[in-house]
Amino acid sequence: MKKDIIQNLGFFALILSVATTLIFLGSIIYFISIRGFKVISWEFLTQGPRLGMTQGGIAPAIIGTFYLTLGAMLFALPLGIACAIYLCEYSPKGFIVNLIRISINNLAGVPSVVFGLFGLAVFVKFFCLGVSVLSGSLTLGILTLPLIISSAQEALLAVPQSIREASLSLGATRWGTIKNIVLPTALPGILTGVILSIGRVAGETAPILFTAATFYTRGYPKSVFSEVMALPYHIYALMTEGTHPDKQTAIAYGASLTLLFIVLMISGIAIFIRQRQRGIYG
Amino acid sequence: MKEKLYKWIFMILAFSSLIFLIGIVIVLFKEALPIFQKVKPLEFILGKAWYPTYSTPEFGILPLILASIWVTFGAILVCVPLGVGSALYLHELAGHKQRAILKPLIEILASIPSVVYGFFGMVILTPLLQNLFHLPTGLTALNASLVLGIMATPTVCSLADDALNYVPKSFREASFAVGANRWQTLTQVVIPAAGSGISTAIILGMSRAIGETMTVLMVAGGAAVIPHSFLEPVRPMTAAIAAEMGEAPMGGWHYHALFAIALILFLTTFVFNIIAEMISRRFRIKLGLSG
Repeated sequence: MKKDIIQNLGFFALILSVATTLIFLGSIIYFISIRGFKVISWEFLTQGPRLGMTQGGIAPAIIGTFYLTLGAMLFALPLGIACAIYLCEYSPKGFIVNLIRISINNLAGVPSVVFGLFGLAVFVKFFCLGVSVLSGSLTLGILTLPLIISSAQEALLAVPQSIREASLSLGATRWGTIKNIVLPTALPGILTGVILSIGRVAGETAPILFTAATFYTRGYPKSVFSEVMALPYHIYALMTEGTHPDKQTAIAYGASLTLLFIVLMISGIAIFIRQRQRGIYG
Repeated sequence: MKEKLYKWIFMILAFSSLIFLIGIVIVLFKEALPIFQKVKPLEFILGKAWYPTYSTPEFGILPLILASIWVTFGAILVCVPLGVGSALYLHELAGHKQRAILKPLIEILASIPSVVYGFFGMVILTPLLQNLFHLPTGLTALNASLVLGIMATPTVCSLADDALNYVPKSFREASFAVGANRWQTLTQVVIPAAGSGISTAIILGMSRAIGETMTVLMVAGGAAVIPHSFLEPVRPMTAAIAAEMGEAPMGGWHYHALFAIALILFLTTFVFNIIAEMISRRFRIKLGLSG
């Protein structure tokens, strides 16, 4: 029958598109893994670059990315969770909540390079923090704020209303209920969101281009006011700067695989946990 | 008393997103507007020559805007069929087990950093395209479109899949009951019902493609000329900002011009996000879901 033929053709097209997607994404991981593995060694992960970026490793870049991510989280986490608590637990529905919600949605859609310019104008220039770990962390923190807020909100909304009411009816105050009942219950969900945003922040490049990152530093950053090497920026710089493109490309493969491994591990864990939690809460 | 204090503290902190958003708008306007003392806004947007570092600099960003539009359009041609197709597959054909693997897998793939996509484009796609089309350079609009498209596919797929899942089961059952087969139900009932949700997914994917920086910076080739074909190097707006801000003297014309580009970029994505929000709100109301 004609309509069955059309159905088969249609389903075939769907299978084709999912296969193409998986092949594309798989080939990215495949090519980078195959060539990256050849480069990665213990020395590669624990030493700094030598001989004009043609030898040695990427340790300072890994450490730099760690500092930047940590700084961004220290800034965005308390702020994001507080914001989610207000939106879910305190706020009466209305104009203010809508305004905050709309601004979170729009902040999430701002291109990352615009965050970079904001960081440059505000943190680097206006507050005179210079190109530094601090400027970069704050910029990355603002970028990740919407993600933290929305996952914390999701976790808070999953807490059944009845246990809040039970706590309030026993005479607990609103804050007491939040602190002792709601937050502990929502904690696993909030953590998942946090892990997810760590994965995102660690891989961001554009926001740190002008606020934190540099191609080469001697040793590790000494204070929050020093420039840092960062893994994603290092990949970009290896491919576009320097004088030995061939040798640098090899190192860039190693750096890409390292970054890919870190980010995919982190988000893989988060998504796996979230999958299970969603299963539990229905 | 203490309770009120807590409430106020949380309320003030909750305004941080709004403050940052307003802060971004203020900074962009403040740093962008001075350029319009040098060039008229229309000349800036429609000017065909972008020579910011010449001794008599020219600030016309039409080549950059067109490059962004071309590359984004190309990315849409890649990510819409792949993303929506994959979402439909997940929704209609994948069994429970397959879905439980594919859905998180696609979400994980969405978290591959953009610089890794850019790197992949440079080392794998570039030589491939160069040989395939016999080009002087493989760093072209086509390359950027492909990489951006692949990159946006998981986002479009996840959002479109969510939209499909919001369509009530009863719609499908009603369609089967009048004798439609699965494909007819999918194309004539489920897709129209999820239509605005799917278009939201596409708009957000587009918004992501326009604002994406590292990939286009690495693979688009960087020539600030008006594009004539997909096989030429181009310089989209984000790439221009990222590549040139490091060398632009702070407070100079070039610096302000780059902020003006960022302002246009911001306003574009802002409009896209508002449209997406409006469509998705209407979609939820149409399907009888709470807004």
